[in-house]
Amino acid sequence: MEHKLPPLPYDKSALEPKISAETLEFHYGKHHATYVNNLNKLIPGTEFENMSLEDIVRNASGGIFNNAAQVWNHTFYWHCLTPQGGGQPESALGEAITSAFGSFSNFKEKFSTSAATNFGSGWTWLVKNSDGRLEIVNTSNAGTPLTESKTALLTIDVWEHAYYIDYRNARPKYIEAFWELVNWSHAAKQFAAT
Amino acid sequence: MNYELPSLPYEMNALEPHISAETLEYHYGKHHRKYVNTLNELIAGSEFEDMPLESIIQKANGPIFNNAAQVWNHAFYWNCLSPKGGGEPVGKLAEAIENSYRSFHQFKEEFTKQATALFGAGWVWLVKGMDETVAIEQTKDGDNPLTRGRIVLLTCDMWEHAYYIDYRNDKGRYLDAFWNLVNWDIAASNFDRG
Repeated sequence: MEHKLPPLPYDKSALEPKISAETLEFHYGKHHATYVNNLNKLIPGTEFENMSLEDIVRNASGGIFNNAAQVWNHTFYWHCLTPQGGGQPESALGEAITSAFGSFSNFKEKFSTSAATNFGSGWTWLVKNSDGRLEIVNTSNAGTPLTESKTALLTIDVWEHAYYIDYRNARPKYIEAFWELVNWSHAAKQFAAT
Repeated sequence: MNYELPSLPYEMNALEPHISAETLEYHYGKHHRKYVNTLNELIAGSEFEDMPLESIIQKANGPIFNNAAQVWNHAFYWNCLSPKGGGEPVGKLAEAIENSYRSFHQFKEEFTKQATALFGAGWVWLVKGMDETVAIEQTKDGDNPLTRGRIVLLTCDMWEHAYYIDYRNDKGRYLDAFWNLVNWDIAASNFDRG
């Protein structure tokens, strides 16, 4: 089964000035596309050839895992951003965040610190555990909550390629931009679905 | 003891056009400096406060290890580059490379392959093994071969911040630049002393 680069849910310039069209040309058009192409080169003739992307992520290791997980992580990340984003979550997700972290601003601070201090390449996630509890987790490189029976609600990509064109080494500035683009309705949908 | 940022062994624009002054302004002036400053903040009042950098790398873990190792790795990396670099090694190092990789050409190809295939942030090293042999090693994030008692001869920084300003996602072109700048004199003296 050939995996395809899913369409970006908005135009490449739609997140400007927070995230530039040039960043999306590389991040979506080169990095995400390369992970898809590499995955398609690696799986023919293996047990993974006809598996869904999620099953590959859950069962593979090494290069196949890295590329499959990065395909999944990036698709999820694009949906965590929207030109109409920002603000705070409402209803059930908003309440769950307040009950897990004390307040929305405590959550935001804790998530920002986790993202700023995630050393090397990786991702910072808001996840829902199997017992329904919310948690912030950092993963390294292609690491993803999909392999740990946790439901991903929200993610920020902190590989340097996600922010180096727009913010150079200033990862905290990129994290501020993220909060102004964050797609809470997508996060609420993930929360409600499990 | 307060660690200081070691001086760059050449001007910021000395590696142009292979590596831009802008890259060095960020890579040396921001990233390397930040690792030094963060290390100083972290070791104040700890058992590591008066230790030489190499001892911290051998004994610490977590953020102290990450920052200490990155201070060391970057200082080593600057010395692996030179405006008068490039070409091929001579003397005992050249013999060792030919013995271990059959030819300089094959060594260069293998080093380039391991560098461009390195997934996530990290470093690629040429190390000296037993019996005057040499080997290529990849390390992740801040890790380096010193922790395993290796003698390091040469390194190439494969964190995205090392090449994203000049080459974006094109690691291959960054490796071409690296080979044009590589300081074989330093690598040879590391080999002879080790």
